[in-house]
Amino acid sequence: MKIIYTDVLIIGGGLAGLRVATGVKERGHDTIVLSLVPPKRSHSAAAQGGMQASLANSKMGEGDNEDVHFSDTIKGSDWGADQEVVRMFVHCAPKAIRELAHWGVPWSRVNRGNRNAIMNAQKVVITEKDEAHGLITARDFGGTKKWRTCYTSDGTGHSMLYAMDNKAKQSEVEVHERLEAISLIHENGRCYGAVARNLMSGELVAYVAKATTIATGGYGRIYSVSTNAIICQGMGQAIALETGVATLGNMEAIQFHPTAIVPVGILTTEGCRGDGGLLLDKDGYRFMPDYEPDKKELASRDVVSRRMTEHMRKGKGVKSRYGDHLWLDITILGREHIEKNLREVKEICENFLGIDPAVDWIPVRPTQHYSMGGIRTKHTGESQTMKGLYSCGEAACWDMHGFNRLGGNSVSETVVAGMLVAEYVSDYLDSPESAISIHTGNVEKFIKIEEDKIDALLNKENGEDAYVLRRAMEEIMMEKVGIFRNGKDLQDAVNELEELHKRSKNIEVFRSKSRAANPALFNAYRTQKMIKVALTVAYGALLREESRGAHSREDFPKRDDKNWLKRTIMTWSDPNATMPTASYEDIPISNMEMPPGFRGYGKDLTDHHPETHIRQSTVDMISQRLKAEGANRFEIQNALMPYLGKLPKKYRETNERLGENV
Amino acid sequence: MSQEIAKGRMLKVSVLRFDPNDPKDFPHMETFDIEEADGMTIYIVLNMIREHQDNSLKFDFVCRAGICGSCSMLVNGRPTLACSTLTKKLDAHFTLAPLPLFELIGDLSIYTGKWMNGLNERLETWIHDQEEELKFDKLEERMEPALADEIYELDRCIECGCCVAGCGTIQMKPDFVGAVGLNKIARYHLDPRDKRSDEDYYELIGDENGVFGCMTLLGCEDVCPKDLPLQSKIAYLRRMMVTTALK
Repeated sequence: MKIIYTDVLIIGGGLAGLRVATGVKERGHDTIVLSLVPPKRSHSAAAQGGMQASLANSKMGEGDNEDVHFSDTIKGSDWGADQEVVRMFVHCAPKAIRELAHWGVPWSRVNRGNRNAIMNAQKVVITEKDEAHGLITARDFGGTKKWRTCYTSDGTGHSMLYAMDNKAKQSEVEVHERLEAISLIHENGRCYGAVARNLMSGELVAYVAKATTIATGGYGRIYSVSTNAIICQGMGQAIALETGVATLGNMEAIQFHPTAIVPVGILTTEGCRGDGGLLLDKDGYRFMPDYEPDKKELASRDVVSRRMTEHMRKGKGVKSRYGDHLWLDITILGREHIEKNLREVKEICENFLGIDPAVDWIPVRPTQHYSMGGIRTKHTGESQTMKGLYSCGEAACWDMHGFNRLGGNSVSETVVAGMLVAEYVSDYLDSPESAISIHTGNVEKFIKIEEDKIDALLNKENGEDAYVLRRAMEEIMMEKVGIFRNGKDLQDAVNELEELHKRSKNIEVFRSKSRAANPALFNAYRTQKMIKVALTVAYGALLREESRGAHSREDFPKRDDKNWLKRTIMTWSDPNATMPTASYEDIPISNMEMPPGFRGYGKDLTDHHPETHIRQSTVDMISQRLKAEGANRFEIQNALMPYLGKLPKKYRETNERLGENV
Repeated sequence: MSQEIAKGRMLKVSVLRFDPNDPKDFPHMETFDIEEADGMTIYIVLNMIREHQDNSLKFDFVCRAGICGSCSMLVNGRPTLACSTLTKKLDAHFTLAPLPLFELIGDLSIYTGKWMNGLNERLETWIHDQEEELKFDKLEERMEPALADEIYELDRCIECGCCVAGCGTIQMKPDFVGAVGLNKIARYHLDPRDKRSDEDYYELIGDENGVFGCMTLLGCEDVCPKDLPLQSKIAYLRRMMVTTALK
């Protein structure tokens, strides 16, 4: 049996994983990254529209800073986010983007003087400042007060991932490609690495490490239609869940992106609407201003997706053989703009729809897009319940997105969390408690367990077809755990998924019996794991009897802070159980910098927590007093909710921006 | 919907199959029949075959949206991305084969990533600078907006390997860096953040396995799914390298 030792095992070679890898290398530690695919092919590359960082360089970003970014993110999360984590994030986002600029990302830049733009369907002229010329520019995105989303055309994720992977190569980060972690090695509540399967040869290898970081992205593929790459199957969350020790947070918090093309579900970036594109119904009527007169097409993603669905339910959708859809109109932006700033969108329209988006409207509808939930961690990225296990990026519930993520905050999270977690992991490695004490005999037991499972799948007779179970799961999630949810459907979904889970123990790999590169074999074990992940989503959604962010219950339309200002925590401690176990983690109001309030969409339906107004008056009192005493914004913030002490020392400095701290 | 098409064409999909892990196997063509559907791509075709006809069929897709570069293969002998190839643009009988020159994992699955990793390491495709510590708290370095756009234009390469498979030179000189490699050098040469000199670049590509190896057959540009200006960049590099050599 093969055992490979390293300091930090990183599972997942996207932006988050690679950033952790370069960070720990810089601190002098050894690392191995396991990746299903060559890292440059990771799903990070698919992020189109941009990365939020409050640089405030462009005219429309003037006045932006960490405070505004913080407030947008908390509102966006419907107060589900961890406010200290959000503070850490908004403080470090400008540092992360400047680092990436240094490593080669060709960020689009501010061009001094007049330029034309489209705002609210009107042509406007924006005059960029001389002193901002050549600095990183930004575009508008949903749910933000300022234009804050920095970009390279609409290939932002691609450029970031390429720069990051090249940097990792320069740092001599060792990447083991086409290797899939299929279980975590752990003992007495401590993680010691993972058992991985080579997808080309079929060999099982144990990677033993002092610290393990899961950065495998989201679990969108438990739905039948998703914008996610086909490798986003929730395997990171599944192997953490299967330890019975590590926990998953807010798995029911699933984002639907308003504009994926019909029928294939490929994303067209929020930049389309950010740059001035409109949503139209079957009559060519622009309906969003009727629902959201203030933010219109640029309300938060959860809000726009719900409004679109409501509008289609009123019979205003365009009929097609794939169901109803609406139109995204970017023709008003003009060909030159589309060919420069929305090139991927143009190629996608040409290749998959056979249309020219400078002339034709794009058929779109809301589609599964992002997993706010994931492996629950402390602010350091370490699991709350399993020592030595870390997670970051979309794989984790850190928790900076709460119940709805803002566009542009995900790629930003990958690199910010990556650079922070690299430091926390390194600190852990520098401490004596990271020493490894697991017996190789016990490591081999973990390999043996996986070997036996694979034998069982290949040797089974008269078993279940993995594809049949998987398609059934995808349909259940799509129909019963979607944008609008209700108790009856969710109960059905949970019952049906539980049944699928029981059947999945009987999966047989038909015909194709190879142990090496065998797609039938990996589909079999992944299906077993995906059904477990789907159960945590559906069950969490059933139990949460309120509407918060992307979790919208028709039978409980109010946000209920009295009873539900808390995170759902899922575990699966008994391997023979047929359901996960739910518990809850309170989100305390008493230390919030920004106590729960109204997001500003539709009618305020919140049942407020009695503590909210107490905390609000404390916050108001402290801010007013300090303002009167002449305190600056940093001092006021620090008095309300200090967080700098939690950051690694090298990241505590104040950010420069035009007109501030320069 | 604008893409109504005639439904129900019966497609014959011939796939070049071979499992190098199976000592008894040998390369052979296998043909699958499948009914065409509206908006069908080769991604959909291959997944339907795997799910309903032969679950051992090996191929690679990741983004299935034309941006990750995983699914390059020969469609009727021409290198292209399978995910963004609509069947309605093909005859009812078409052939699929793995890209040549790359390590074969099985059937249509090839290891382009390994080749590309080697290339990136060989050409050191990262920003080289002498600065000691990065000051990420300060304002970023300025860059002319037009230059940033120009760098992005070349940064759009997705390392799919189509240009390598479409290259005549590489058939004869296996160490040739290919259009993908030369494009990367052009990208870094353009980037003022990279402090390498013309002489440094000459060391990397100033020979027969570099820019002087290209026979200008233009196959690379013909098959590039991202429409990169490969030939003009190779011509530019060649002029630059000649000037450097004569210095």
